[in-house]
Amino acid sequence: MAATPVTNLESRTTTRLRSLCLSEYLVLALTVLMFAALAPFTPGLGTSANLLNALGYLLPLFIVAVGMTLVMITGGIDLSVTSIIALTSVVGAKLMTSDGGGTPAIIGVLVMLALGAGLGALNGAVITMLRLPAFIVTLASMMFLSGFAVWLTQSKNIYGLPGSFLALGQRLPIAFALTAALGVAAHLMLRRTVFGRWLYAVGQNATAAHISGVPVRAMTFAAYVASGLCAALASVMLTGRLETGSPVLGREILLDIIGATVVGGTSLFGGMGKIAWTFFGVLFLTVLDNALNLLSLSQFSITITKGAVILFAAVLDAVRNRFVVGRS
Amino acid sequence: MTTNKEQRTANSELLSLRGIEKAFFGIKVLKGVSFSVPAGGMVGLVGENGAGKSTLVNILGGNLQPEAGTLRFAGADYAPQNPQDAARRGIAFIHQELNLFPNLSIAENIFLTRFPRAGTTPFIHRGEMHERAAELLRKVGLEIPSHRLVKTLSAGERQLVEIAKALSIEARLIIFDEPTTSLSERETTRLFALIARLRARGLAMIYISHTLADVFRLCDDIVVLRDGEVVGSGATKTFTTEKLVSLMVGRTMNQLFPERRAEAFGSEEGAPILEVRDVSQSGVAENISFSLHRGEVLGLSGLMGAGRSELARILFGLDPRERGEVRLAGEVLHHLSPPNLIERGVAFLTENRRSEGLCLDAAVADNLALVTLPQHGRTPLRWLLRDSLQAAVTRIRSVVQLDSKTSDTQPVRTLSGGNQQKVVLGKWLLSKPKVLILDEPTRGIDVGAKFEIYRLIHGLADQGVGVLVISSELEELMGLCDRILVMRSGCLVDDLPRVQFDRERILAAALGTAKEVKS
Repeated sequence: MAATPVTNLESRTTTRLRSLCLSEYLVLALTVLMFAALAPFTPGLGTSANLLNALGYLLPLFIVAVGMTLVMITGGIDLSVTSIIALTSVVGAKLMTSDGGGTPAIIGVLVMLALGAGLGALNGAVITMLRLPAFIVTLASMMFLSGFAVWLTQSKNIYGLPGSFLALGQRLPIAFALTAALGVAAHLMLRRTVFGRWLYAVGQNATAAHISGVPVRAMTFAAYVASGLCAALASVMLTGRLETGSPVLGREILLDIIGATVVGGTSLFGGMGKIAWTFFGVLFLTVLDNALNLLSLSQFSITITKGAVILFAAVLDAVRNRFVVGRS
Repeated sequence: MTTNKEQRTANSELLSLRGIEKAFFGIKVLKGVSFSVPAGGMVGLVGENGAGKSTLVNILGGNLQPEAGTLRFAGADYAPQNPQDAARRGIAFIHQELNLFPNLSIAENIFLTRFPRAGTTPFIHRGEMHERAAELLRKVGLEIPSHRLVKTLSAGERQLVEIAKALSIEARLIIFDEPTTSLSERETTRLFALIARLRARGLAMIYISHTLADVFRLCDDIVVLRDGEVVGSGATKTFTTEKLVSLMVGRTMNQLFPERRAEAFGSEEGAPILEVRDVSQSGVAENISFSLHRGEVLGLSGLMGAGRSELARILFGLDPRERGEVRLAGEVLHHLSPPNLIERGVAFLTENRRSEGLCLDAAVADNLALVTLPQHGRTPLRWLLRDSLQAAVTRIRSVVQLDSKTSDTQPVRTLSGGNQQKVVLGKWLLSKPKVLILDEPTRGIDVGAKFEIYRLIHGLADQGVGVLVISSELEELMGLCDRILVMRSGCLVDDLPRVQFDRERILAAALGTAKEVKS
């Protein structure tokens, strides 16, 4: 339901355009448009091989973006997610290869997830207890954890991971099911539980939430734990897909994660965001990234284009915050 | 056509206000204020909280523009659009909250907007700056080097820096707003000596203060403001303290109140539901002890800064306390925090509903549900039972009589002040509180909505809820409450049951002009 009033002086086209711009399906519409526009020029865009490849990019990106969405709803940000991906990747890989004694894959996965959650907890603890800005805390942990991962492996990749582990990242039905399960669970949590409402309240007005009895610190802490957990899950998939425990895994997708979340419509200012929106944003970025790669643009051109698109999304976000109020 | 006499009077008036009106959202705050300050004169401006003094000062300072009326300063029309206009014309303000930058030096603060330049270059001529600052400091009698950082200065010293700043713009009129509230005895004496010296040099002043004794001592004329109108003005010698207080307080009730049974609780009062003993926090509250009974409407009166809101925040666990005990229904609460207190049936409406009571961009229904959300969550996943939640929201909407034209999904930001306050009240009422603490519940609300809120408060008390109402409007408390406590400078100084309600007595206790009377 459109919340903005329509003056009599506006033409119908302008009204339609305006409600489209402010609709939550704008990004989806743009994605479809982009796909349709680029398809004639981009070799191999529509092939099943390419689509499978794109999924390989999309699924882990969406998983991390889910965690990022939760953090952003509380008004924070987690810059350390890619370092968590890297560190959990190498720790898990070390554990599962002959180096670490060849522990079974299931243990390896559990350790990775626990580590991710633990690192998220560390972020959350510092942010809530010491009341430091999320940006600085997660920036610091990003640098620290990244450096630590490189030191642990002496910059070397780890190979020889067990087949059962690789299946998690390579067998599409499994990867897809995991991702869908996470997305649905997060969506339901946000929309249908007390915890979800509390997260939104924290982002909208932490002071009023605190006075109203909302456990603000606990919810903020939990958001960062969730973010770390999601990063670890994405790491499981990426490590499996690339068959490598790598200390620089995920390094290049930090911008993509944040960009996708913001493009989708989750506000950097907090208090607003939906899993569905994040999915649209991830889809948008996937099509963009995929098409740009297929067009054989140089890496620099790709990052320039992505940067411009994300800047545009941030501007739209700010404009939307100023003129459209109360989208729930 | 002005006569010669009027012309002469007009010429000797430095500042004159005629018919100044100002309204906020349709509520009139100044209803035609007229008075004048003669050249070299000292006018004391007195009035209760909410009388309109701050609004008047803001209009004189260019922060607000009046809807009607004229201002004249030094023989010319005066219509400042911003503080720079006021400064340019030679009017300086010494505010209660000093506007200095603690991280900068004294000289930098004084010349912040007018740094002396080195010739035509953009570089600051620091030597000249410090020289001129030193001279100004000499004039105000502050013997401190001008490169000292302001954060090292005491409140009194900072105030003298502000006055030095006023002299640096060659002010002809200085307006003091509650200048002595943060000063020690010695600093006050020093300030008064400086004021005398400045007056001898021909500066005119407006002195706003609750310390009536000082007003009597310093001022030639007094203007009394009440409810946005000048209710008395004239030479100081024509006033007595009693007359001043009675003018400030007034005689007419300008709000309707629901009938309150006079012996609401006499001998068979309800049992105490909230007992506060010796609660103290340095700088804020000192040995506060009182009891709130079931079914009682207890008012907390006092001037701004007396510590009433601060006390409420301490009781609700938002601010720390050094000592003291709080008992709820006889049970001692060791750890005060919002979740703890909400669980035990305490509710707290803060005085800043927009910043602390509401999520402005969220919907009405979401705001109403916020406190009691867990009650509608089925464990262990806290799955929301949307039907019961919606039912509760609908029910409370009609209890608080929220405007039926506002929809549940409307963002709360778009509601009027009265409806916003009803949303906050509804949010808390859903938690079925046993104790309700209301801080300025009718601030910025029109008369009709006020009455509805009063009715709600009485209804709650009739059901056995203990209500603590903090308000700066004395009429409101006197119409609403069974008992009134008065706070001054962090201490409880008076306690009156309804049969002994007396405006003069309450105001005197709040101002500290009468000997303390404990009932």
